[in-house]
Amino acid sequence: MTQLHFNDSTYQCEANETVLDALARQGVAIPFSCRNGVCQTCMMQSADANVPSAAQNGLKSTLQAQNYFLACVCHPSEDMTVSLADNTDRLLSATVTAIRQLNDEVKCVGLDCPMLQDYRAGQFINLYRDSGIARSYSLASVPTDSYLRLHVRRLPDGRVSNWIHDELKVGDSVQISAPVGSCFYLPNAPQQPLLLIGTGSGLAPLMGIVRDALDQQHAGDIYLYHGSHDAAGLYLVDELREMAAHCSNFHYIPCISGADVPVQYQAGRALDVALAAHPNLAGWRVFLCGNPNMVKTARKKAYLAKAAMNDIYADAFLVAGVA
Amino acid sequence: MSTKLFEQIGGEAAVNAAVDVFYRRVLSDDRISDFFDDVDMERQAAKQKAFLTMAFGGPVHYTGADMRKGHAHLVARGLNDSHFDAVVENLVASLQELNVPAELIAEVGAVCETTRNDVLGK
Repeated sequence: MTQLHFNDSTYQCEANETVLDALARQGVAIPFSCRNGVCQTCMMQSADANVPSAAQNGLKSTLQAQNYFLACVCHPSEDMTVSLADNTDRLLSATVTAIRQLNDEVKCVGLDCPMLQDYRAGQFINLYRDSGIARSYSLASVPTDSYLRLHVRRLPDGRVSNWIHDELKVGDSVQISAPVGSCFYLPNAPQQPLLLIGTGSGLAPLMGIVRDALDQQHAGDIYLYHGSHDAAGLYLVDELREMAAHCSNFHYIPCISGADVPVQYQAGRALDVALAAHPNLAGWRVFLCGNPNMVKTARKKAYLAKAAMNDIYADAFLVAGVA
Repeated sequence: MSTKLFEQIGGEAAVNAAVDVFYRRVLSDDRISDFFDDVDMERQAAKQKAFLTMAFGGPVHYTGADMRKGHAHLVARGLNDSHFDAVVENLVASLQELNVPAELIAEVGAVCETTRNDVLGK
């Protein structure tokens, strides 16, 4: 057991407990989202250089050098003196420019963020409801678009998604973090076939990646499999069919795992349909997004289908429970 | 003998070639895949690389205590001799697939065998 010194108080951190969990258990709420060391919402700073290196994975080297770390994956090896990272100067103001219903449970939110100069399609931002609650949303837009686009799925009891669906209006001002994540297109292998598999609102980053690849003249085939239980769970179907009709190397395959499969849809789970069509992924690049169990299984199956491990891209999102 | 084995088998390049073959095999082997099924596949592959480097007599030196500590959580989940044998079997098959000479495979097997009691917490 180690001790955490925070705001002039001392808290116990049990073995196997993260800093985030230890503080939460003792009534100290640190903003968090993914709980998986990815989204950087729970970033804190240590007064000393005794930060476990695993808690700094993915942070910029300048932040690592200042002893910033991610509380959700930090298992202290000795007592630590920690503070909340002051992220107010790192947040960006954005204005809601458009809200469009994509299907029963997903809305597209357009954000104008003049301070955001550069990002990669497929990265994600954290959107703040207030200073304490943030959730991560992938960017479905490409940098040449006039505004950022998010696909927000309403989650049962989701404190941020329900607020976005029920209260957010065009013209509102919101705070977002700078985009992060390493699931994006690189133009270093224009002939390489690409396989993208997504479920639900996991379509968002894949849509951005496809558009980015096409904008950058990707020459290899691009296959996008989007899956849901039923046809109502898919969205942007017409737009994607239209894109596929205009680009000979882009192929869009909407998949339905439930019993009712209309014509022009494939029957089965997106992952299964994709792997049946492409059993050998040697030399392919694979992008995965959506349900965490699907992503986990897909990583493994893509690797077993001979995709190289460093050609498999996925940001390990966890749905933030019912928080 | 061990540095000699590592050189004969092809050094780090051989480890890199063997990691993918070996890790794909153990993930496909229902007897043991659960022990290797990590959310973080990169981390898991890095562990396999360290294991193969050691098995090839290369510059990775685990003490018996490291081995015990590193596998204790798996022993608690039921890791036993049959699983150990299955891992060695997959390693041998991987090296055969890569056309490693039989006498070197036997040496690799002997290195693995020296770790059995520590891995299984005996």
